[in-house]
Amino acid sequence: MEQTNFQLKKQDTQSQEWSKRLHHATRATREDWIGRGISYLCIGVIILVVASMLWFITSKGIATFTQNHVSLWKFLSGTDWSPSQGKIGALPMIVGSFAVTFAAAIVATPFAVGTAIFMTEISPNKGRKFLQPVIELLVGIPSVVYGFIGLAVVVPFMRHLVGGSGFGIISATFVLFVMVLPTITSMTVDSLRAVPRYYKEASLALGATRWQTVSKVILRSATPGILTAVIFGMARAFGEALAVQMVIGNAAVMPKDLISAASTLTSQLTTGIGDTIDGTLPNNALWSLALILLLMSLFFNALVRVIAKRGQLKHER
Amino acid sequence: MLKQYSFDKTAVQTFDAQTSLALKTEDLQVFYGTNHAMHDANLAFPKNQITALIGASGSGKSTYLRSLNRMNDTIATVTGKIWYHGVDINEPNVNIYEIRRHIGMVFQRPNPFAKSIRENITYALRANGVKNKTELTERIEKSLRGAALWDEVKDSLDKSALSLSGGQQQRLCIARSIAMAPDVLLLDEPCSALDPISTVKVEETLLELQKQYTIIIVTHNMQQAARISSQCAFFHLGHVMEYTPTGTMFSNPQIPVTQDYISGSFG
Repeated sequence: MEQTNFQLKKQDTQSQEWSKRLHHATRATREDWIGRGISYLCIGVIILVVASMLWFITSKGIATFTQNHVSLWKFLSGTDWSPSQGKIGALPMIVGSFAVTFAAAIVATPFAVGTAIFMTEISPNKGRKFLQPVIELLVGIPSVVYGFIGLAVVVPFMRHLVGGSGFGIISATFVLFVMVLPTITSMTVDSLRAVPRYYKEASLALGATRWQTVSKVILRSATPGILTAVIFGMARAFGEALAVQMVIGNAAVMPKDLISAASTLTSQLTTGIGDTIDGTLPNNALWSLALILLLMSLFFNALVRVIAKRGQLKHER
Repeated sequence: MLKQYSFDKTAVQTFDAQTSLALKTEDLQVFYGTNHAMHDANLAFPKNQITALIGASGSGKSTYLRSLNRMNDTIATVTGKIWYHGVDINEPNVNIYEIRRHIGMVFQRPNPFAKSIRENITYALRANGVKNKTELTERIEKSLRGAALWDEVKDSLDKSALSLSGGQQQRLCIARSIAMAPDVLLLDEPCSALDPISTVKVEETLLELQKQYTIIIVTHNMQQAARISSQCAFFHLGHVMEYTPTGTMFSNPQIPVTQDYISGSFG
């Protein structure tokens, strides 16, 4: 009896010692805590910044409708933009933004896909060695440089070619085309490289030509990726301010043709932001333009997600 | 420690003039850059028979097979002659697309396109200019029957090919190849990704198909080679060591290296 009790006691103290040893903090556990703390802090700050930006832009953007009592429909469909006189029809800018975005994407996509096919299927070595760095360089050139080239080269060229001032949607399209081309190309290259090699081999082994293989098998299975690339390009074009502002002419009127001065949401924002007083209708109206831009970029993001999901489903069965 | 075997001692059969051959290689060599992957392969393949190519991984059997329909063109240098209907199809000016229409290939991993079952078969036919609807329909049925897949998929031809099981996918790949009505069918370990039941189905299909096609199959599975092939070639480190009728190879191998390989005391 005595004996057993003693043993139990001994076990107890042993187990307590072990418990202490296994629970006490070491350098390793402290590092874990610190690491986790830092990443939570970073995430928290980012969430805070994003949330407050969303709240700020939204609250400022809807002030036009809540405080100045402009009807939403009038804002979206009105064609007269004279904020100082209380007229804020944003349609010209909306049309301008969409026009340059779609035009740039439509022109750039064939070039981008063609370049990407060359880089992946026709001459992968040259593609990797020469074209890849060139494209990466093009992505990195600041937009003001593109705008400056547009102003110095494209605008005079258009003036010479079709007359008028040379400022307008077509010049903006041209500048945006050069700007979105590398984005679309490099993402298309990634999606073409991701096409499994066995698809290509299967097609070639059936006696299909290289062209048939590229057009019917490779491009088709890369389609979700290519669409994503185009949308990213469009998002970039839609949000580009400086380069567009330098070549589009900045006239807040409905664009009648491609060669007369027009404006986009972004160009109107950058042009007008210095001339307005906080809290007045002209200032609130600009915030409403910013809100449209924000909603559009959310829309582009959502679209990319939808396409990615669809593409995945198709591959998995 | 891998045993060393002499590459000089080989036992490679030849065929007399009476045997009609589908395909024959003369001194075929393959180089991946400076890596000499295949040495002087002299093999002839009798018509309407199944020939199995066996050997360990890296022995060059797949490399050899892929050379036969010029699938190695962009990745390796292939020298020597490949005789097909009296033409050396290893010449650079031969139309490789035409070759692949006559010498079909099925790969190790079932690789149907992410299209419907029907489109998987019509893809190649359309690429070759078959546009007539009735002809397409006929050839879809004929090739699926040939690959013993018709009864399983006839009601779901518009379903995605990726919804089929692995064995069905592989038979679809076979159907896709025979839809082109080739002479020769090359199969690169077609059953290695399949379960035993699917394997049996594919093997039965191949035994049926040899009546119309000459079949050359690479396999890791010696039982499979014994079950289905008439001729058998054993590859070792880029050399063809022995090429004999399958019965002879498995009952009475001619040289030590083959004997060791098939009895499992290799290396």
